[in-house]
Amino acid sequence: MSVKVENLSIAYRMLAGDVCPVDRVSFSIADGEIMGLAGESGCGKSTLGNSLIYLEGRMRHLGGRVELDGRELPIADDRAMRPYRMKEVSLVPQYAMSALNPTRKIRRLIADLLKCHGVRYEAVEEEMKRRIALVGLKDDVLETYPFELSGGMRQRVTLVLSTLLNPSLLIADEVTSALDVSTQRAVAELLIEFRERGFVKSLIAITHDLSILAQIADTILVMYAGRLAEKADSDTIVNVPLHPYTQLLLASLPAVGMRHDEVELTGIPGRPPSLSNPPAGCRFADRCPFAFDRCRDEPPFEEVRPGHFVACWKVGQEAA
Amino acid sequence: MSMLRIDQVSKLYRSSGLSGGLTPALRQVSFDIDEGEVVTLIGESGSGKTTLGKIVLSLLPASSGRILFEGNDISAFGRTQLRDYYRQVQGVFQDPFSSYNPIYKADRVFELLRNVYFRNLPQAAWDAKIEAALHAVTLNPGDVLNKYPHQLSGGQQQRLLIARALLLNVKLLVADEVISMLDASTRVDVLNLLVSLKRAGLGILFITHDLSLGNYVSDRTVILRYGAIAEMGPTVRVFGNPQHPYTKMLLAAVPQLHKKWQGRAADVIPASNGSGASPAAGPALARGRRVRRPVGSAGAVDAAAVALRPPALAECEPGHFVAEDEL
Repeated sequence: MSVKVENLSIAYRMLAGDVCPVDRVSFSIADGEIMGLAGESGCGKSTLGNSLIYLEGRMRHLGGRVELDGRELPIADDRAMRPYRMKEVSLVPQYAMSALNPTRKIRRLIADLLKCHGVRYEAVEEEMKRRIALVGLKDDVLETYPFELSGGMRQRVTLVLSTLLNPSLLIADEVTSALDVSTQRAVAELLIEFRERGFVKSLIAITHDLSILAQIADTILVMYAGRLAEKADSDTIVNVPLHPYTQLLLASLPAVGMRHDEVELTGIPGRPPSLSNPPAGCRFADRCPFAFDRCRDEPPFEEVRPGHFVACWKVGQEAA
Repeated sequence: MSMLRIDQVSKLYRSSGLSGGLTPALRQVSFDIDEGEVVTLIGESGSGKTTLGKIVLSLLPASSGRILFEGNDISAFGRTQLRDYYRQVQGVFQDPFSSYNPIYKADRVFELLRNVYFRNLPQAAWDAKIEAALHAVTLNPGDVLNKYPHQLSGGQQQRLLIARALLLNVKLLVADEVISMLDASTRVDVLNLLVSLKRAGLGILFITHDLSLGNYVSDRTVILRYGAIAEMGPTVRVFGNPQHPYTKMLLAAVPQLHKKWQGRAADVIPASNGSGASPAAGPALARGRRVRRPVGSAGAVDAAAVALRPPALAECEPGHFVAEDEL
């Protein structure tokens, strides 16, 4: 197991009290696995991703542990995490397109970053140029300022930069969301290529777009309101999802070629609960058409079939 | 006569900076929108789709060409005429979160409208009007009135803005990426709302980069590329029988749930598109199509005119037009 997360809880400090967007989350990622992390905005998916590499000042580690390649990650300790960042765990941040310092040329920016991690720029320059060519850019991007590049180009530069030291785990947060369909596809396929070439061992791809995950992910983990709802391999999630939330989410996506006069799609009524005062029991119960008495208790995130985890009483009942 | 006619509209942007190039954002775009018709304008970033929406809303002047609303050229409108125009044509934009002033309650957008258009309307009638508009967008007045924007979800905010447009007797709604910032579960509600408004006779110019959304709601589709029409026609034909290589490439790149991408992007997406294997990938308009304007040169206008000429359209089946491939 390359990544193992056990009972991880992360809270944000707010004036009105703690908000817990990652609540007792447990899952594991195998070597070479691309895990998609999906959910609506505010469900805690980015917080979960960020917590594996850097806890911002207002984020607090409430409990749980993270293991990477058999060693525990000291996620709560900013200093102790430093040697792991970029070398073991790396992040392509959300809005990576604007993550590059606009006042530095790309070369200078990369050199600065490497220096921070104690790596000489010259030592990796050749490999970096190979990778820049691999993502379809020319060497001369190194001599440009970020604003001279298009969104897709910046996204690729960030991808090369984040994976330069061959991290074991890469967290890619919404890397394709702000791109046009054709660029989106090219960048998504680069993620697979980077995995295949061994630049990263395993990968968490965070996105709200399930159809992108259906293309690139091996497994998909669906989050809802700070809790895990379902995890399985991507074909299973897309074709035979068990959790009602996953089912309704998939039913609300229009497919290409679908017309309003042929199929009327429906959204999910209601909205996610507030995380500052989450309801007891299943958090989806209010919006769930199948909710029954037992949903007042919190359903466990259980393995119902090999590799297929669901947190739903209905599913557990049928399997039993 | 169609309700809105976009007639040979071009737009040149003057690039800032010393180079002072002219960038053609739209090149002689023409199409019509009828009552009760949804026309989807699809294009990638830099294709000029938002520019066209702004020109239709008279927020930007066209460099050449005309927008005719019920036969009248909107660029000739004076203040009062423009006010009447906005009574019938309204826009809703991508980011509902920034459409509100966070200091004021969200329903202030209604009050602002009242100050301009309904000064003499008694309070009771006004309240009834708001209730009807909220009902039309399937919002519960108790849920949204008297609340601050941050207390509303993105879907509620976006529907509130559509309700605002409905308070006027709108005939045409320009919807620029209205659902791209919404979550999947609320997205469909807004889409279905547009469908029901269309059935009630509203014409909609639906601007999006998402092909599956465009396909779901629209009657006709216009695909823009580098500011010119690449393909247009009935949605069923354009998606069912795409003719232009660019349309085919876009369709091949759309991620689908139940179908894996075929081949590799680099093979499917032509290098010249600037997205696949092309090393010099850049915003489409910035490359090659930009016209450098020599300082003080009289030849500049001619050069711009050449760059403006769009590829010729040919009708491949009734109502389905395809441009010749440019690059």
